[in-house]
Amino acid sequence: MSRTTAFFYEFKEGLLIALGAIRANKIRSVLTTLGIVIGVAAVVLMSTAIKAIDTSFQEGVASLGSDNLYIDKWAWFNNDIPWWELRNRRNLTMEDFERYQELAKLPVASAPSVWTNQTVKYEERSVEFIMVTGTTNDYLETTNFSFEYGRFFNELESNGARNVCVLGFEIADQLFPLGDAIDKEVKIQGKKYKVVGVLEKQGSFILGNFNPDQQIYVPIGTIFKYFQNQNFRSITINVRAENSLMVEATKEEAIGIMRQVRGLTYDQIDDFSINQQEGLLSNINETVGVIQIAGLFITGLSLIVGAIGIMNIMFVSVKERTKEIGIRKAIGAKSRTILGQFIYESAAICLLGGFIGLFLAFLGTLIINQYLPTTIQVDAVILAFVISLATGVISGFAPAYTAAQLDPVEALRYE
Amino acid sequence: MKNIITIKNIAKIYQVGTEEVHALRDVSLTIDENEYVAIMGPSGSGKSTLMNMLGCLDTPTHGLYNFKGKNVSAMNDNELAQIRNEEIGFVFQTFNLLPRSNALHNCELPLIYSGVPSYERKERAREALESVGLGDRVHHKPNELSGGQRQRVAIARALVTKPAIILADEPTGNLDSKTGEDIMKLFNELHQRGNTIILVTHEEYIAEHAARVIRIKDGLIESDGPVDKRRVPVGETSFSGGK
Ligand SMILES: Nc1ncnc2c1ncn2[C@@H]1O[C@H](COP(=O)(O)OP(=O)(O)OP(=O)(O)O)[C@@H](O)[C@H]1O
Ligand SMILES: [Mg+2]
Repeated sequence: MSRTTAFFYEFKEGLLIALGAIRANKIRSVLTTLGIVIGVAAVVLMSTAIKAIDTSFQEGVASLGSDNLYIDKWAWFNNDIPWWELRNRRNLTMEDFERYQELAKLPVASAPSVWTNQTVKYEERSVEFIMVTGTTNDYLETTNFSFEYGRFFNELESNGARNVCVLGFEIADQLFPLGDAIDKEVKIQGKKYKVVGVLEKQGSFILGNFNPDQQIYVPIGTIFKYFQNQNFRSITINVRAENSLMVEATKEEAIGIMRQVRGLTYDQIDDFSINQQEGLLSNINETVGVIQIAGLFITGLSLIVGAIGIMNIMFVSVKERTKEIGIRKAIGAKSRTILGQFIYESAAICLLGGFIGLFLAFLGTLIINQYLPTTIQVDAVILAFVISLATGVISGFAPAYTAAQLDPVEALRYE
Repeated sequence: MKNIITIKNIAKIYQVGTEEVHALRDVSLTIDENEYVAIMGPSGSGKSTLMNMLGCLDTPTHGLYNFKGKNVSAMNDNELAQIRNEEIGFVFQTFNLLPRSNALHNCELPLIYSGVPSYERKERAREALESVGLGDRVHHKPNELSGGQRQRVAIARALVTKPAIILADEPTGNLDSKTGEDIMKLFNELHQRGNTIILVTHEEYIAEHAARVIRIKDGLIESDGPVDKRRVPVGETSFSGGK
């Protein structure tokens, strides 16, 4: 009859009592857990959503190439420079690009790109207002694109501004649900383009305009030929550094070369921006931050409300069972045994709430799943249990302590 | 005879508002092994207070309490709980069973608190129930049992730890006289099997089952001696006090 075995049997007895008490007051117990339910559901959904955003973002960025620089007239994420100053900058031209490519030693690859929003049709199907990106065959080397079917357009097609195109996954899916896009001709503003390749699914809507799934790639010359004058819109120079360690050096080199190409004197500020995906990352982090704050606020608030509810109901439970406490003490239950009994009970109620919350979060995840591929993470489940257990123990402590301190004689007299 | 209980100059004072209630004034007594003692006295004389004291449910305001050589007056709550668990079997007037648990689990309860493994617990609880004649009622809940059967369950629960002493505060108080007699027969049997028993009662015919009667009045022992089997009305006794 060692102390530990006694403790074990008391623990088991405590759990059985707790379950009995919950069963005896089913509706009360479930209502009491509402705060915990909402709190746990919120925290699990939040962490699942953040995880989903993070994963799709990482995957998306990986497909775009994470060691890339984008030399552009516009600063994508930087709000330091007023927009009118950016607008007044000279456009980046194909000549700028050609001279950059000639002078730059560090990049693995570089390619110009320019885009226009167009409606793309195949027979009676069409996708409206999607991003048509014009670029060169070198563009492929600045990305990690992989192909569902076919290939990227080659140097010949690129230089010759041939009417060929590569479809993003979702575009192909909408125009060619049967997956037979290769060698078919899609129409953009009445001009036909032969499909030479279809990309595999790369990113997600998290990447916004950068998402390759929603784009179609054509030789840059066709854009200039059909849609706009070469000097109408500024191009972007896509530059890929050798690796992440070389990104800074490549950027320094690019600044130097571009200042030279643009003929800037030492006292003139840069009239171009070197953009990086870190900017995109900080945008994402802002979104994640908002979700986090909202999630934590809802979680915190509902857990506090839940904890107070549990504490309240546990005080009621102690009061109702004063006689029982007296009986148990009379036949040898120690104070800590009674303390444990009521803490187990409130922990069990909260775990019940945690379960329900987890189930709701699971349903919520199915909804999120429509937009972002995701599953509930193991750590979120553990978090849910830890939170509900902790809430149970904390909110059960004061009632359990009053129960434990009851005088056995007084408790036995209670009717 | 081996001594189990010795109390010396015990007093219990309750503070009710500004007034002090002397439930016990100055009580001394000893109880030996296998004694069968009845405590009698008018309502409010301090019988239950004394029983709670003897049963380590309550601690005296003054005085010494020695249980099997251990000084109970100096014990903390935990030690008192352990004594109650291992050495004392309580039987109450109102049975005090757990309403949601069946007879078996009610009997098991003291053994849970002393850390007896499950199979042994069930075995011993069943034995105890059989010994009070309830072998066929182990899975009944209190509300499925008669008053007499409930009290038998309570007695089985008191017995199951093989305590040094059984304390019964008006065990027949809530039962009709026929059932009361049955319960008293059970106590007699337990006494014959070697148990030490103290019981509180208002009824002379109940007290007659015991070997020794302690009469209490106003928190003091009025008399303490062998049972007078001649059935003298309480008012006419001329005991000059047992001690
Ligand atoms: N918790 C308490 N607070 C104040 N006074 C108390 C308390 N418990 C008992 N008393 C008082 O102590 C005295 C003795 O009470 P006790 O319950 O021991 O009497 P009793 O002999 O058992 O009476 P009965 O035969 O009616 O059960 C009574 O006057 C009672 O009012
Ligand atoms: Mg009484």
